[in-house]
Amino acid sequence: MKLFLIVEVIVLVLGLLVAVVRTSKVPALFPIRMLAAVYCDFFRGIPVILLVYLVGFGVPALNLSGLPTDPLVLAGIALSLAYSSYVAEVYRAGIASIHPSQTDAGLATGLTRIQTLRFVVIPQAVRRVRPPLLNDFISLQKDVALVSVLGIAEAFQTAQIITLSTFNYTPLIAAALLYLAVTFPMARILDHITAREQINS
Amino acid sequence: MTGAATAAPSTRNAVIEIQDVTKSFGERQVLGGIDLTLREHEAIALIGASGSGKSTLLRCIDLLVEIDDGDIFLDGEVITDPSVNPVEVRRRLGFVFQAFNLFPHMTVIDNVTLGAVRAHGEGRKQSRERGREVLERFGLGGRENDRPDQLSGGQQQRVALCRALAGKPRALLLDEVTSALDPELVGDVLDAVRDLKEEGMTMIIATHEMSFAREVADEVAFLHEGRIIEQGSPEKILAEPERPETQKFLRRLLAAGRV
Repeated sequence: MKLFLIVEVIVLVLGLLVAVVRTSKVPALFPIRMLAAVYCDFFRGIPVILLVYLVGFGVPALNLSGLPTDPLVLAGIALSLAYSSYVAEVYRAGIASIHPSQTDAGLATGLTRIQTLRFVVIPQAVRRVRPPLLNDFISLQKDVALVSVLGIAEAFQTAQIITLSTFNYTPLIAAALLYLAVTFPMARILDHITAREQINS
Repeated sequence: MTGAATAAPSTRNAVIEIQDVTKSFGERQVLGGIDLTLREHEAIALIGASGSGKSTLLRCIDLLVEIDDGDIFLDGEVITDPSVNPVEVRRRLGFVFQAFNLFPHMTVIDNVTLGAVRAHGEGRKQSRERGREVLERFGLGGRENDRPDQLSGGQQQRVALCRALAGKPRALLLDEVTSALDPELVGDVLDAVRDLKEEGMTMIIATHEMSFAREVADEVAFLHEGRIIEQGSPEKILAEPERPETQKFLRRLLAAGRV
């Protein structure tokens, strides 16, 4: 339960951050915007269980000092990465649903762009996406239960065995890439359709 | 009442000066070279058909839309230069929108004080006190803790007016502030604007409401296809327009019962 709460807070904050970056229109932010888009597509496209495996097995196998090796922490990191990307998309939909005239009003009131986001756009956006946020909240709870009860502890031992015997994670990475090959184009097509709809309306 | 200054309008300081401003959206030119000077305590009514560029011009002045060419000055300083911080400019201007654009998630008083607190760094207590006074003045006393959707359109637009006034603007830009209102609610907002004018507020009023032009404005500018093609006193423009386009526009309004 503690893990769940920590992950949920990270997810809500990180997701919002990614969503804000993705919806920003400042030209200078283009590289970060790209990065945020890739982040979303990447972690959205990989099944959670695969991500948990990759982080849970992969990070300890790197044998780098300073990196966490506690399986529960690693599971938390994997889940945070995955769910932040889902939640970022939910936030993004919420932000996009707030009419631009609200931003105009915020700016006309003398607020900066960031203040307008913080006091005008985001509060309304979050209110609007509470149901889907709750959805992800519930899914996360279930996944946390899953990894903390039976996943990682066992997997960690397995990981050690595999690491000792082969040092080979290629199959897992290959599986992740296959998933991405399907989900990446899908995400782009969806973005394209959404953009066209916005122009039409 | 502070009263209008005694000097003739033409010798007063220019608050807003627009010089040869153009703006296109894609292929469509919306403003085709606008020149306009708004002096202290003066009210100019911008009239013209929908799509003639009234709203765009106001939005350009408040830097909500970037102009293509020309210059706009506020109190003698150019504000359309890339080096100018638009936030600072907007803090010196007040804007009221056709569709009110109140913040629906905030109470009336928070709508009014948000700018004072966050943009002007005023104390919360002081700004609330002042906000309450302004609301009281415009007949909204006792409504400060309501949400915007609990108010009538006329009340909402008066809240928007209070919000624009909270930053003590140099000039007020009113964009079709009565167009979204039921006819019986127009009077409330009209009265509020008339009061402001009598206090000496400097403003540009884009409007379809000829009573605004007649009763509030010192000068009327007629916009046609992105240009001001006729400008003068309300008496002259509304009663004896010279240009056939102006005559046609006014005849149409008359036919629609809007004059």
